[in-house]
Amino acid sequence: MQHVDGNAIAGPLAEFFAFDATTAVARCNGCGSVAELARAMVYTSPAGSVLRCAECDQVLATLVESEDRAWIGFSGVSAIEVRRG
Amino acid sequence: MSDATATTSSSPAGYAGSALAAVPRAGWHVGTVAAVRRETPNAARLELEVETWPGNAAGQHLDVRLTAPDGYTATRSYSIASSGPSTRVVLAIDKLPDGEVSPFLVDEVRVGDQVEVHGPLGAFFVWRPDGAPHASTRARPVQLIGGGSGIVPLYAMAQAHHDALDLTPFRMLYSVRTPDDLYFADELMALEASDAFRLDLVYTRRIPEGWPTPAGRVTREGLASAALPADERPIVYVCGSTGFVERVASWLIELGHDPRDIRTERFGGL
Repeated sequence: MQHVDGNAIAGPLAEFFAFDATTAVARCNGCGSVAELARAMVYTSPAGSVLRCAECDQVLATLVESEDRAWIGFSGVSAIEVRRG
Repeated sequence: MSDATATTSSSPAGYAGSALAAVPRAGWHVGTVAAVRRETPNAARLELEVETWPGNAAGQHLDVRLTAPDGYTATRSYSIASSGPSTRVVLAIDKLPDGEVSPFLVDEVRVGDQVEVHGPLGAFFVWRPDGAPHASTRARPVQLIGGGSGIVPLYAMAQAHHDALDLTPFRMLYSVRTPDDLYFADELMALEASDAFRLDLVYTRRIPEGWPTPAGRVTREGLASAALPADERPIVYVCGSTGFVERVASWLIELGHDPRDIRTERFGGL
């Protein structure tokens, strides 16, 4: 499966967050590396999208959308940093 | 007056507040096709009039949602070729052979048709002119590297740079199959006349008459000679197919660029 960048799921993420979450910085539970979600690798299938750490491939988050609902889980993220100004 | 108040009051509408609002808030909008023209033999340029559009930064994208009569929906992301506060949003769309959305947008859509758009999206793969709010890349030279239709967000950045009379050095390396496949050919030639912008073209399948180098893909050596060197600390934006971006990004790191200075936008494909 051909992956894209975290940038690509800015649209689906905007269903959950009132700001652009792709610029939020997440710490990977697997290797401890810290990067913007936009730098994560995204694997998308008809079932949904999986975000993986660009350094160690650990699953950071999973995103599933249906007609009337959407789900997101941050199973591999230990912390998220958002810039305030 | 506190710093925070000063910052807020000096920001243009829609860009005000903290970095949480560094780009206009995304939302769903209805756009009306205002103009459509052939961009290349395989691509179309669409101008959408989106009355409620809050403006966008150069490099952002939007999602287009099409709904079939039976309620089936298909959503795809497209980079925006325009930037600024305008409600006229320009897209340049490559037709994918087995696509669900792009064949409609390239071959079927007519002036007056309406489409649903979600945006503006993505605050990471953006460039803002020097002095603009949230200009995080201030005073850093910029190297743009695009493959095929990956040129669209990079053209938006180059045009924004030109329109802002920004003197930060800008270079673009554009890999394209043949001279017929150039997006924004006239606009890029006009930009090239400016001192602060340099365009390097690489033709991968067919060259124009008299072109000094044979057709062929971007190589590590070609990248090293065309791109701004790492010691000038450029911000490098790379957009194209996943394979193109992977190759270029790994070479950039080998050539000494800091991975944090490289921003990529892969769109899949080969």
